[in-house]
Amino acid sequence: MPDSTSRPVIEFRGVSKTFGAFKAVRSIDFQIEEGEFFSLLGPSGCGKTTTLRLLAGFETPDPDGGEVRIRGQVVNDKRPYERDLSMVFQSYALFPHLSVERNIAFGLEQRKVAKAEIPDRVAKAMEMVRLPQDQFGGRAPSALSGGQRQRVALARALVVEPPLLLLDEPLGALDLKLRKEMQLELKELNKRLGITFVYVTHDQEEALTMSDRIAVMDNARIAQLGRPEEIYEHPRTPFVARFIGESNFLEGRIAAVEGELFRIDTAAGPFQVPAVSGRAVGGAATIALRPERVQLSPPGQGDPAFNRLPGTVVHIVYRGENLHVRVQLPGGAILTAAARNEGQLRVPLRWTVGDELTVSWNPLDGHVLEDDPA
Amino acid sequence: MSSSSPSPFRAPASGLVALRRRFFALFRGRPETTAWTLVGPGLSWMLLFFIGPLLLMLFYSFKQRGVYGVVVDGYTIEHYLRFADPLYLGILWRTLKMALSCTIICLLLGYPVAYVIAAGGRFKNLLLFLVVLPFWTSFLVRTFAMIFLMRDTGLINTTLLSLGLIDEPIAMLYTPFAVMAGLVYGFLPFMVLPIYTSLEKLDPSLLEAAEVLGARPVARFLRVTLPLSMPGVAAGSLLVFIPSLGSYLTPDLLGGAKQMMIGNLVQNQFTSARNWPFGSAASFIVMALVLVAVVGFLRKRDAGPGSVL
Repeated sequence: MPDSTSRPVIEFRGVSKTFGAFKAVRSIDFQIEEGEFFSLLGPSGCGKTTTLRLLAGFETPDPDGGEVRIRGQVVNDKRPYERDLSMVFQSYALFPHLSVERNIAFGLEQRKVAKAEIPDRVAKAMEMVRLPQDQFGGRAPSALSGGQRQRVALARALVVEPPLLLLDEPLGALDLKLRKEMQLELKELNKRLGITFVYVTHDQEEALTMSDRIAVMDNARIAQLGRPEEIYEHPRTPFVARFIGESNFLEGRIAAVEGELFRIDTAAGPFQVPAVSGRAVGGAATIALRPERVQLSPPGQGDPAFNRLPGTVVHIVYRGENLHVRVQLPGGAILTAAARNEGQLRVPLRWTVGDELTVSWNPLDGHVLEDDPA
Repeated sequence: MSSSSPSPFRAPASGLVALRRRFFALFRGRPETTAWTLVGPGLSWMLLFFIGPLLLMLFYSFKQRGVYGVVVDGYTIEHYLRFADPLYLGILWRTLKMALSCTIICLLLGYPVAYVIAAGGRFKNLLLFLVVLPFWTSFLVRTFAMIFLMRDTGLINTTLLSLGLIDEPIAMLYTPFAVMAGLVYGFLPFMVLPIYTSLEKLDPSLLEAAEVLGARPVARFLRVTLPLSMPGVAAGSLLVFIPSLGSYLTPDLLGGAKQMMIGNLVQNQFTSARNWPFGSAASFIVMALVLVAVVGFLRKRDAGPGSVL
């Protein structure tokens, strides 16, 4: 959780935004701390871009749609140029009629930075994003590759030394290798410059890699907000469990409380999960379980302290670094286990379709999920 | 289709069909021939009805003038020299001033209109419709309508008189004002439409980027919107400047003899004066001027990134 001693840079209090009959954002609340790398993550149409645009000032909250605050000040009706922030756009939005240098200088000129200071700062910004100025400074944006444009857009946004930088899927158009490089560079810039980053993405891996905290959005609401490991390890709803990484879902009934654990009865047999408050014995429950936490052993074996269920291999998917073994449990449910690919020479592929085996997992690795909000 | 009757497309060729097939076989698989085939009809039309008469006029402009308006043997450049007369240079100067003023007024009036239409809103289609609506009637009819509007007993003067705002009619018809009003009215849509098109294409995220980088509305307009709509401004200016330079109907009907423009001069030479060689020479002088102006304008515009025009 955020450190309670520092004042939040950004605060959304019950913010709603409606376009016609479409509710793009429904009463969301969150705070962002100074210097944080904060991601808004979700599928397209979940409201993450609208949230960023509300923060940038391109959109205004509904009349009774809560407050957007920057450094404690309500900015609902402030225009973007009154908010002292900067932004990298998904399409980069470089000015096609200006050279790379003039693009980068634009914000400095608009912010009335002394003329003598501008060339120096443009040069530094280009150095920071590692674009050689003598080679690229005079070029038109149309004469640049996607990666170079991305760097110019970043330089243009950073050169004004904003306390707050908004990024709207800035790596979406880059190829995988360049994207991975830029992810690390952005993270590094965030820490080195001490600028607060608010980052919109639909790529869960990207969000996990870069963020200090993530707000997972679904259906115009924040489904879960927390550090990457919190969200990955303890997804709150089926949506989050499915959207971040991969998950197995087991349907059952809470049969009993056994110490700090629930016993769950399913068609495949009983097992244990950590107990959660607010759930009564006898109620239905959905349990999420990550494939990489599931172990496979010969029938009847496996750690006796673990949950153990019998099953039959129905499908094996080769995925390079691991294998996904799909196991059918009694009652028909399918459980996927990720088995590390240890190489055929050292350990022959142990399982084949039709094998009987035992699946087992540590009771602490399962989670009782809340229902997705309607 | 029964199997006994062969496909008509494969029938043994005879007569016209064979001829047609052999004709189209000539073009198969040769892109440059295909291109010529496509360009051909339009090009022939232009050669026949535009380049042909133009060459004929060029020829006439160097011929001696006969007594009865025909041309006679012998060549001369006297018609071109004759144009140096202050009388004709005066007409040319007035024409250039009128065309340029008309272009500037159209730009000043048309840009805001194009801006509002491009900004969208509920009335976008209605406004666009209104811009092109005048084209539904003949330009001649519309010019006569302006006469009824501006003459001494016209709508404006009778209204002002009956309201007691003026004691005697304001002389509007047959003044430079009337000609300019007519020209601007006639050519305004040619300014609005290209500017509208270039504003419409403007990526809204560029405006947002400008705003987030600190540009207030005026700066945003001057630094982003205006430069990026320059292709539309250039196209609109050419579309207004060139035809207003050559217009003769408007100055003829609204301006009277005192507001003669170069188009009226050419018309007079071909009709009442019966001096075809001089009319041709005057036409070519104007054409040369337009060409120089347009080429200079376009070269300045295409100077590369960073330039405003």
